[in-house]
Amino acid sequence: MVADYRYSYVKQVRTELSVAMYPLQYIVGLPVQTGQWLSQNFSTRGQLLEEMAQLRERNLLLQVSLQKYEDLKSENERLRTLLDSSIKLGERMLLTEVLAVDLDPFARKIMINKGTSQGVFNGQPLLDAYGVLGQVTNTGPQSSTVMLITDPSHALPVQVVRTGLRTIAMGMGATNRLKLLYLPNNSGIKVGDLLVTSGLGGQFPAGYPVGTVAEFTPDIGQPYAQVQAIPSAHLERNREVLLVWTSEEKQKAASGGGEEKP
Amino acid sequence: MSRKKHHGGWVILTSLLVGLMFSIMPLPSWAVAWRPDWVALILLYWCIALPQRVGITSAWIVGIFEDILTDTLLGQHSLSLICLSYISVKLHRRIRAFPIWQQAVGVFVLMLLSEVLSVWIRSLLGAQHTDWSFSYPAISSMLLWPWIFVMLRDIRRMYHVF
Repeated sequence: MVADYRYSYVKQVRTELSVAMYPLQYIVGLPVQTGQWLSQNFSTRGQLLEEMAQLRERNLLLQVSLQKYEDLKSENERLRTLLDSSIKLGERMLLTEVLAVDLDPFARKIMINKGTSQGVFNGQPLLDAYGVLGQVTNTGPQSSTVMLITDPSHALPVQVVRTGLRTIAMGMGATNRLKLLYLPNNSGIKVGDLLVTSGLGGQFPAGYPVGTVAEFTPDIGQPYAQVQAIPSAHLERNREVLLVWTSEEKQKAASGGGEEKP
Repeated sequence: MSRKKHHGGWVILTSLLVGLMFSIMPLPSWAVAWRPDWVALILLYWCIALPQRVGITSAWIVGIFEDILTDTLLGQHSLSLICLSYISVKLHRRIRAFPIWQQAVGVFVLMLLSEVLSVWIRSLLGAQHTDWSFSYPAISSMLLWPWIFVMLRDIRRMYHVF
């Protein structure tokens, strides 16, 4: 056990053995998949038409906001070249599915159905449509384990959008709470402030939403205030999540990983 | 250990695999803390019924697989299952003689022991336990024991596992 905690060579053994366990996980997830397949196949024509109309409407709205985004992006790039700073390069995404298996109830982890054969690596960030979800902690050939940002041993470097203040968001083990560390009592945080990834650890791409501040309790007796946030990603309600490859991944692999805890 | 003497090893194997599957079966969030320790229950039965076949080594192997499935520290489940199987193999004659409800109380004590071991390991890794929720699996396992016992006994007789 000490070997597993301290050294990485046991990870190899774990990976090998997890191959043997994949069929079990697949069988356990099967009823849920069948249920979804059935509900997809037996929905009525009316329902489908209604859903299509809704999706068309949403697509239109998204297209409109995208126009603005394109304009802003080009403007941003132009300004950045004026300032001679490095441009944030594009990221590659891959849609993956969450396997319907329960892991250790005392940790916040999920399992996804993509592994090293799809290019997944340890420490890879995961997003959903609303924000940052977590990072990959264990990879197998066909499946990998993901630690959510609410896991008590997960820390994520974030930034408050309104003030630009940098801090660290730690998981608390509760389903829908993060706590922000090392914020002084006069840091000027308000309830409702949006937090985004700062990209400082090198593990996560910068600028993705993490959560909103839900509680701010200044504590005069303590050097730091107690701040809690609600994650913006739908952590416990997802079926599909996105794996992200940033373009600097190769350099990072060479220099040896990020700074935050795994 | 000659092969001829034994019979029906696949039954034991299948039951343990089913136990492993149950232990990662998705449950509604209120029930997760109450999930009975299926693998431990099934292992316990085989330790009591066939102590010459199922013992500490099998407990270790099954525990390692459970650790991989639930992504816990490699050896955490192994340790608790080993302690469980050691005690039950040592005391199997006495446990067999008990009436079933008394056995269930014994199961509760053993499960609590294994849960406490897991809690120790987890707190060594920095997890915090503020309530008694780690003991819920012991309670649900105790309530489930009579059914598991009767079911596995019938299966054992049906397939002549010895």
